[in-house]
Amino acid sequence: MAKLLTRRSVLTGLGYGAIIGGTAGLIFSPSFHDMVLSTGERLAYRSHRLIGRDALAPEFTEADLSPDFRTNGNTMPKSDDYQRHMDTGFADWKLKIDGLVAAPMEFSLAALKAMPARTQITRHDCVEGWSAIGKWTGAPLAALLSQVALLPSARFLVLHCADDFGGDAYYESIDLVDAFHPQTLLAYTMNDQPLSVGHGAPLRLRVERQLGYKQAKYVMRIEATATLAGTGLGKGGYWEDQIGYDWYAGI
Amino acid sequence: MSTTEPIDAPMNATPAGGDVVERHRLSTRLWHWTNVVTLVIMLMSGLMIFNAHPRLYWGKYGANPDYAWLQIGATQANTGFLRIGSLTVETTGILGRWTDSNGQVRNRAFPWWATIPQGYNLASARRWHLTFAWVFAVGIGVYLIRSLWNRHLQRDLLPSAEEVKPSHVWTDIKHHAKLQFPTGEAARHYNVLQKFAYLLVLIILIPGMILTGFTMSPSLNASTPWLLDLFGGRQSARSLHFIFACGIVLFILVHLLMVVLAGPINEIRSMITGRYRLPKEKK
Repeated sequence: MAKLLTRRSVLTGLGYGAIIGGTAGLIFSPSFHDMVLSTGERLAYRSHRLIGRDALAPEFTEADLSPDFRTNGNTMPKSDDYQRHMDTGFADWKLKIDGLVAAPMEFSLAALKAMPARTQITRHDCVEGWSAIGKWTGAPLAALLSQVALLPSARFLVLHCADDFGGDAYYESIDLVDAFHPQTLLAYTMNDQPLSVGHGAPLRLRVERQLGYKQAKYVMRIEATATLAGTGLGKGGYWEDQIGYDWYAGI
Repeated sequence: MSTTEPIDAPMNATPAGGDVVERHRLSTRLWHWTNVVTLVIMLMSGLMIFNAHPRLYWGKYGANPDYAWLQIGATQANTGFLRIGSLTVETTGILGRWTDSNGQVRNRAFPWWATIPQGYNLASARRWHLTFAWVFAVGIGVYLIRSLWNRHLQRDLLPSAEEVKPSHVWTDIKHHAKLQFPTGEAARHYNVLQKFAYLLVLIILIPGMILTGFTMSPSLNASTPWLLDLFGGRQSARSLHFIFACGIVLFILVHLLMVVLAGPINEIRSMITGRYRLPKEKK
């Protein structure tokens, strides 16, 4: 026991050194800070895809509907183009799907409504903490994707929206696991009524296993891409780029 | 935390007051200090996340139009308040409305000195919280499995039939109230109130914390929907997450108080070096 450096004391020193060094690094080094703090998102994305890649989000009954489903984010897109569509009841509005697809296509609202629809009562969870339950009807995104035929190089879908914050149009993106998930809809009705402007008329995304900021409203165009680097500032979404929300919002 | 070998006492003899014993294993000590860092980060970033929507609900859904059983906010008259049910307390300066480190008055629930980061930033708070959640969950998971395996839980933390008798518990409560702490050989073992406190934290509060955290994830709701049934919906889980966190804060406060009362230098040294000097028997 008289030895100064035992295996035990070295281990103890290394252990305490790691705790103190790690804490100091987090506080004082911005790059170490960013590297460490992106771990949660990476681990969550990988583990969630591992344990529940195809799992279905819980669905509720009419009795569970929120009496008053609040709106948030933009509730009235400002562009002249959108105002014109609103005035004409979205009669000549079209959703465009392009990018890494074999056959770029445009879909009118009537065409979307003529496709086989899915209705689901699901919970909407805002990143801030509140939840509201609503009933959505729309065209499964997978059905549209089979018509435009994604190219093998496509990895993500970027949704471009009609609303903007200070001139920057809203955009979001999802991976192909969510894109082909049976509950992922382009919804045109909410609680049996045509989607209101506040909730994203004429069409919004429902990607039921992620938080609210992924549920893009006022969807105008869906672009299949190989990476997220070319969109916005490269993090895959308006809030991701502007204030640093995680791209994977499954938690 | 369990093997106590007397270091400067004769081998095989029962250690007595004044003897130095090896009290905490290296793994226990490293885990303890990792928890100190992790829990501080989890609690403070959690309060920032709460600040994004300082209202709690029961049930499957809950948002501004719905009734919140707990709310922290600011009134039109510029006072801060905490409301629980129909009971409202004015909390100006601490909760709801307070002055930040730059002298700016803010209408936010928890004050800057209690949150990570100090200025309002939900994105950053979520990154701290959801990264350190892994450290915390893996740590407690390994600890619980190991403690069941090496029987630390059953041997050192599970109270005996004798100990749970009301008369024994009552005696222990009286000793605590009079600040009479165990000495000599008895100080090598947890007393029954300690056992209750540690078991409450290890079996109820921490697993409850982790599972209610899982229940707030829309993705985990899809893969493990039974958690929603267990806690009564996502907003109930969010409320319980907050309540369990309050329980952990309470445990930490009592724990620190006891360390101070029982002899802070000896206690803290034992959690750093592992060595603990048994308090001398009272004459």
